Amino acid sequence: MDEPINENKNLSPKIPSSYFTPLDDTHHFDNERIAAPSLSFYQDAWRRLKKNKAAVASMIILLLIILVEVLSIWYSPYDPNLQNVPHANLPPRIPHVNINGFNGKAKISGVWVDKYELVHVPKDLNYYFGTDAFGRDLLSRVLAGTRVSLLIALAAAFFDLIIGITYGLVSGWKGGSVDTIMQRILEIISGIPTLVVVILMLLFIRPGVTSIIIALGLTGWITMARVVRAETLKLKNQEFVLAARTLGESSLNIAVGHILPNLSGIIIIQTMFTIPSAIFFEAFLSFIGIGMRAPNASLGTLLNEGYKTFRFLPHLMWFPAVAICVIMITFNLLADGLRDAFDPKMKD
Amino acid sequence: MSGFFRFILKRIVYMLITLLLISSCTFLLMNFLPGSPYGNEEKLTNKQREVMNERYGLNKPLGERYIIYMSGMLKGDFGISLQFGDQPVRSILSKRIGPSLQLGIQAMILGTSVGIILGMIAAMFQNSFIDAIVSLIAIIGRSVPNFVFAVLLQLLFAVYLKLFPIALWDKGFLSTVLPTVALSVSPMADSARFIRTEMIEVLNSDYIELARAKGMSEWRVAFKHGLRNALIPLITILGPMSVSLMTGSLVVENIFAIPGIGEQFVKSIMTNDYSTIMAVTMLYSTMLVTIILFVDILYGIVDPRIRVGGGEY
Repeated sequence: MDEPINENKNLSPKIPSSYFTPLDDTHHFDNERIAAPSLSFYQDAWRRLKKNKAAVASMIILLLIILVEVLSIWYSPYDPNLQNVPHANLPPRIPHVNINGFNGKAKISGVWVDKYELVHVPKDLNYYFGTDAFGRDLLSRVLAGTRVSLLIALAAAFFDLIIGITYGLVSGWKGGSVDTIMQRILEIISGIPTLVVVILMLLFIRPGVTSIIIALGLTGWITMARVVRAETLKLKNQEFVLAARTLGESSLNIAVGHILPNLSGIIIIQTMFTIPSAIFFEAFLSFIGIGMRAPNASLGTLLNEGYKTFRFLPHLMWFPAVAICVIMITFNLLADGLRDAFDPKMKD
Repeated sequence: MSGFFRFILKRIVYMLITLLLISSCTFLLMNFLPGSPYGNEEKLTNKQREVMNERYGLNKPLGERYIIYMSGMLKGDFGISLQFGDQPVRSILSKRIGPSLQLGIQAMILGTSVGIILGMIAAMFQNSFIDAIVSLIAIIGRSVPNFVFAVLLQLLFAVYLKLFPIALWDKGFLSTVLPTVALSVSPMADSARFIRTEMIEVLNSDYIELARAKGMSEWRVAFKHGLRNALIPLITILGPMSVSLMTGSLVVENIFAIPGIGEQFVKSIMTNDYSTIMAVTMLYSTMLVTIILFVDILYGIVDPRIRVGGGEY
C-alpha cells in the first residue's frame, strides 16, 4: 500500500495547502476499543423491541389489560352472574358522555328513548357497557370473560412450554433411535386435526375452563416440540457443548444448563404464537356452544349471546367483539415484535 | 427417483397409521363416554333397553363391535345416525358435503389470490405506506376471529345494504358470497404475509438483478420472475390453511345457516349423535392427512432437494 493513491497530482493545486494540517498529537484515540456497550442477549433483544412502536404499544395495552383483570377479581363493578331482571337490556350509559348509544338512550321504533328513565334507574347508577337480557352488568361480564381468555392463554402457554420443550429437547438431544421413534410418533400425531381432539375431549370431560385447557394442552405442544428439536440438533454439535462434555458435565446438565438457555429466544417466540391461537380456540368453542357453560361468561359465550340480538341490542355484541379483537391484535403484534427482536434473521 | 417413491410410500404408511389411531381413539372414547345415546333413558325398561341394544348392535362385546365398526368404515359405512330419524350417517353427510366443499374451495381460491396480490405489492413497495396498509390488513385478518367477521359481514351487506341473502342456501351463487368472504379472511392474511416475506427474499436475488439489468419493467420482473419463485413455498402452508378453513366452516356455516358438514357436526355434538360425530371426525382427519400427503408429494416434485433429502425439512 505504499504506492500513491491519488494519481491525479495536477488536481491538488486547487486545494489550498492550509487545509492540510498535521493531526493534533493530543488526539490519540484507541481504534481497538469497542465503543458500543456490550449487551447481553436479552438487552439486545429489548433494544430491538423498543424500536418497534406497534409492539411496545401492544405490550403496554396488554399490561394494562392484565392489571385491570387482576384488579377486577376484587373490584368488579357488579357480580358478573348477578341477575337483576328489572334492569334488563339497558344500553350503555357513561356519565357526562352525550352521544346517542352511550347515554342510556336506545332507538325504539326509530326514536331515541331513554331506557334508564323507562325502568326508573337511579340517576347515579350507571352501566357503562349496558346490561344483558337478565340485567347482568355487561362490563363485569366482559371483564370476567377476558379473565377466562387470559387464564386459558396462560395455561396453554404453560403446557406448550412443559410438554413441547421436554419432548423436543429429549428428541433432539438423545438423537439416534430415540429421536427417530419420537419423530415418527410426532408425525403421526400431527396428522390429527386439533379441532377433532378438542371436540372429542370436550365430549369426554365436562365442558368448562379445565377441559378446554386440557384439550388445548394435548394438542398445542407439537409445533414447540418440532422447533425445539430442530434448534437442539443445531446446537448440540457446537463447541460450548463439547467444552461442557470435556469438563465432565452430565448429559442432563448440559441439556438443561447449556442448551436450554440458548433456546430461550425461539421458545419465547413460539409461546407468544400459541397464546392467540388458544384464545381464539376458546372463544370459538364457546361461540358454537360447546365451550364454557352458562351462566359463566367467556368472550365466546358473550359473543354468542350478543349475536342473537345484534340488531336490537348492538352493545351486547360490540363490547365483547372489540374486547377479543383488541386482545388478539395486541398479542399478535407483540408476538411479531418479539420474533423480530429475538431473531432478526426471521424479520419479514 | 426411487428415493422419491420410498418417500411417498413412507408418507402413506404414516398416514394410514394416523387414521387407524384416530379411528380407534374415537371408537374407544365414544364407547366410554358418560351417558347413553338414547333420548329418554330413564324411562326405558330393561327389556326395552335390551331390544334397543340388540337393534343397534350395542350388546355385542367391545372387540367384535370394533371389528364391525372398522370393517364398515373401510366400506364407507358409518352406521345409522342415533338422532336424525334413523338415517344412515353416510346419506346424511353425502348430502352435505357439496356446500362445504364449494365454500372451502371458493374461500381458498379467493383468499390465496387476494393474499398473493397484496403480499406481492407490499414486497415491491417495501417499507412504504402501501406496505404498512397490507401489514395492517394481515394483522387484522389474522387476529379478528372469523365468526366476528362473518357476523359483521352479515349485518352490513345482508341486513343493512340488502345486497346478499342473510342466510340459507337457496339463492345459488349469491348465497355463497358472504360465507366465502368470511372464510377467506384467514387464508388471505396468511398468504399475504407469507408471500411478502418470500417475495422480498426473491427480489433481492441475483437473477432478479439480471432481469432488471436487461431492462425489464419492475412489474414484469415481479410477476414473471419474482412471483413464480415466491409461490412455490406457499404450498407448505396449504395444510395449516385448510385446517383453519375446516375450523372456520363450523361457525360460518352456523351463522349463515348453510346445510354443510360443519353445521351438521355442531348439531351432532349438541345432541350426542355418536355415529355422526365419529364419521365427521374421520372425514376431517382423512381430509387433513390427504392434504398433508398431497402437499408433501407436490413439494417433492417442485423442489428436488426434498426428494434427495428424504423429506427431512
